Amino acid sequence: MKKEIICTVCPRGCHITVDGEGETVTSVTGNSCQRGFTYASAEFAHPVRILTTTVRLAGRTDTLLPVRSSRPVPKEKLFACMEVIRSAEAPVPVRQHDVIIENILGTGADIIASASFGTDD
Amino acid sequence: MYELSCDVAVIGGGPAGLAAAISARENGAENVLIIERDNALGGILQQCIHPGFGLTRFHEELTGPEYFGRFVARAKELGVRSMLSSMVLEVNPEAKQILATSSEYGLTRVQAGSIVLSMGCREKTRASIMVPGTRPAGLYTAGAAQRLVNRQNIMVGKRIVILGSGDIGMIMARRMTLEGAKVVMVVELMDYLAGLTRNRVQCLDDFGIPLKLSHTITRIEGDRRVTGVYVAPVDENKKPIAEKEEFVACDTVLFSVGLMPENELTRKGGIEINRITNGPCVDQHMQTSAPAVFACGNVVHVNDLVDNVSRESEKAGRAAALYALGKLPKANRTVTCMTGNNVRYLCPQCIHVTDEAETAEIYFRVLAPQEHVRLRACCGGKVVYEHAEFRVNPGEMNHVTVKTADLTGEELTVEVIKED
Amino acid sequence: MHMRKTDVVVIGAGAVGCAVARELSKYKVSVIVAEKNEDIGGDASKSNSAIIHTGYDASPDTLESQLVVAANPMYDKIASDLDVPFRRIGAILPAITQEQYEKLPAIREKAFRNRVYDVEYRSREQLLEMEPNLNPDVLGGLYIPRESIIDPFILVQAYAENACENGVEFLLSEKVTGIRTENGAVTTVVTENEEIACKWIINCAGLYCDDIAAMVGKDEYKVVPRKGQFFILDKNTSCKVQHIVLPIPTKVTKGKLMCPTIHGNMLVGPTAEDQPSKTDKSTTQEGLQSIVRDVRNLVPNVNVRDTITQYSGLRPNRVPEGLHFDVYDDLKGYINLSGVRSTGLTLSAAMGKYVVQQMLALGAGFEPKQDYIARRRGIIRFHEQTPEIQEQLIRSDPRYGNVICRCETITEAEILQAIHRPLGARSMDAVKRRVRAGMGRCQAGFCGPKVIEILARELGCSPEEITKNEPGSNMVTGRTR
Repeated sequence: MKKEIICTVCPRGCHITVDGEGETVTSVTGNSCQRGFTYASAEFAHPVRILTTTVRLAGRTDTLLPVRSSRPVPKEKLFACMEVIRSAEAPVPVRQHDVIIENILGTGADIIASASFGTDD
Repeated sequence: MYELSCDVAVIGGGPAGLAAAISARENGAENVLIIERDNALGGILQQCIHPGFGLTRFHEELTGPEYFGRFVARAKELGVRSMLSSMVLEVNPEAKQILATSSEYGLTRVQAGSIVLSMGCREKTRASIMVPGTRPAGLYTAGAAQRLVNRQNIMVGKRIVILGSGDIGMIMARRMTLEGAKVVMVVELMDYLAGLTRNRVQCLDDFGIPLKLSHTITRIEGDRRVTGVYVAPVDENKKPIAEKEEFVACDTVLFSVGLMPENELTRKGGIEINRITNGPCVDQHMQTSAPAVFACGNVVHVNDLVDNVSRESEKAGRAAALYALGKLPKANRTVTCMTGNNVRYLCPQCIHVTDEAETAEIYFRVLAPQEHVRLRACCGGKVVYEHAEFRVNPGEMNHVTVKTADLTGEELTVEVIKED
Repeated sequence: MHMRKTDVVVIGAGAVGCAVARELSKYKVSVIVAEKNEDIGGDASKSNSAIIHTGYDASPDTLESQLVVAANPMYDKIASDLDVPFRRIGAILPAITQEQYEKLPAIREKAFRNRVYDVEYRSREQLLEMEPNLNPDVLGGLYIPRESIIDPFILVQAYAENACENGVEFLLSEKVTGIRTENGAVTTVVTENEEIACKWIINCAGLYCDDIAAMVGKDEYKVVPRKGQFFILDKNTSCKVQHIVLPIPTKVTKGKLMCPTIHGNMLVGPTAEDQPSKTDKSTTQEGLQSIVRDVRNLVPNVNVRDTITQYSGLRPNRVPEGLHFDVYDDLKGYINLSGVRSTGLTLSAAMGKYVVQQMLALGAGFEPKQDYIARRRGIIRFHEQTPEIQEQLIRSDPRYGNVICRCETITEAEILQAIHRPLGARSMDAVKRRVRAGMGRCQAGFCGPKVIEILARELGCSPEEITKNEPGSNMVTGRTR
């Protein structure tokens, strides 16, 4: 199965064609560098994304805590992760990089605070 | 009146102001003060909760809060002072004074050795692109919506059309989708993307959001809340083709149609403004037409990456510190930067050649996308810089680097030429 | 249904309705103003060119010319009594073509017939000195020194607040649905929620005055709205004018003008387009383009790229034409005002007095009040004060130190007053019309989110209940989390 992938490694934005089946890549064309090759192969076999969103803060309705996944999560799980995050709540105070949700949906990624709230810094 | 004095006063505590303040401290200014209108430092990055920051500078992908968090921590370490929730009303470049107001201190006069302007930019609105129709609720600039959704816990709408393929617009398309809204389409007047390709892939393509290039919104409907927009393709002169107009139902329109440096204070202070960038004219030290006033970041010209802003702001902070200490080298002569083929503007607009051997970076944006090109800078009949690029885009900043010692002529021309 | 009793019901809280109410409040008489909208300010009264005319070009010997000419000199006192931003900047009427030049004597002649005697000729050189940005082909023109600019929102608020302070009651979001009569006299005004027994009804419903008149069978006329589209340009726009620059009128239209607003923006427009709809206030590509085209004849370098907003208003034009004040032998207590069109803002000051005088002549027998409060103070505009006063203000209320609207430098204290005054703001637009938050170049991009929060906090409701203006114009849809 052929797939066209726009490389996002650098601003050049190469249109890379990857051929393969499932997680097996048989050919990569259109890339201009090794980084593009690596990106396109991974994107073909197993696309992942950093998920960033917000979490409710305990006792507050007028502001939110920005959070991120500690590592990229599978693209197809983004919405399922959002569902989990929607009902989560962060304590106050919270420090940057505190874990809010551990190993979300078994992806191996934690949902962590992007910023501190209610601390001195 | 509350009176304060400092070596370097920085107006605006966003990424530009933070980097300038840090650099000013690191270059010898003892007493550096940031005046910030928000109740926290970080500027617009506070609402930019998405990743993609710091790839150039830190070689890792950070969110907005993580990116500015590093700078805030460093500023704190260096003892940079900040005055929050304070709005600057006036800058007096000659007296090196700033008049600010806040609930806490009342009117405050700051006497500085030098001043750094880093007020950032604001979004262009519906009016600046003249979309006719009604004036219902549900029309937001992408940034205002971003603030509401990400910082104020307020959802702006359920069915959304975005005009303009700028980065904030695309990022909001993803954000609204993740929050359960339906983003019907992103409409772009030009035949190319305004923002970064990465954002197209990760914010639109990932979620199957259609991008309508060479299209525009021809009018807005709805009496009280938006009920929809008419979308039409445009011809080669960017005029909508009326027969192909289509109604698209939505309750919200987000405008992501460009940014404008916010230079009301600069103008009021009588500082020279460049008519293309809408920011102050600066030299390679980011010094404005008022010698004690420096400027950096999006108040000077709208940047694509915050990494570039930080870099440029460090130059401004350093020069402002040197100026305050009386150590900024005197200019022997001025070289004017001239736009050549496919170059929309240059920043800095001039280079002051001093006794010091320096390298100067000149940032620019192209007028139109082009492939297989060379970026070239010429001065006094000599090529002083040349570099091949696979592709240049108006949405992305380019730069050339020159040694001031090489600048023997009076003009430095930067051009983008087709590779043969 | 809630029942009330009053002497006079004024229908409509636009410029004329509020001016009439204020004039009545000088007498010992109970007055209720019923307004269908959520805020005072009417429809036409809030989207017009914000000019106080002299009446130099009115049709001589009409009620309209009489009222406009009489009203103009009243505004110095109104501005000072009621604290309304107002400036006599004067108008010029430049003739660009020979054909236009030849019309000047007739225009001046008409001005004299309207008793506007201070209209004077100006040479090409004089005009170019007065307005360097004028079309250099100008041949000469007229100068009308008393043509003036005003803040139309504050004028109506000032009338209404002053009336309110003197005992007039305002019912907002109360659409009049019927009028009851008995034995050839009015008895009751029925609204959506109220029945108001009354002796007098004054129809000041502007755009909807024919609908009200129809309730008592006095609709021998129709309102055909005439749309006027406008641009407002940034205060920083490069090409500005200092006077009201008027085109020489043609048979069809008074034409499109350019003038400063009282707050330093530039206003260009309006179009004049008759339409059946009383609600369609949309701008159109064609309309906006026609403004640019026409105004460039007067001021070639006008830069519409500096537009910060566009809007349109509907003039309540009457068919058959003309301003009418009608009372009826067979319907005692009913007063009908119709055909209050583009001169309505100007003539409101005179109309208030005219209506009351006519009521007295009809035997109303109203007694003047001894304790009438003539003065009204507006919300102090922080950015217009000296640093000393700014300091005092912040000391008296620290929220004067919190700037919410950056473009116009509007503080939290001003917004709070806009909300908490009598007839206070309940919506985003109402805040904007009182203190200009969101009126600047970013068009509420920065302050909008903050004003939503402030309104929700002060009104004790949730952000999703905050509207732009009327019900259904909710700004946001709910909480994210």
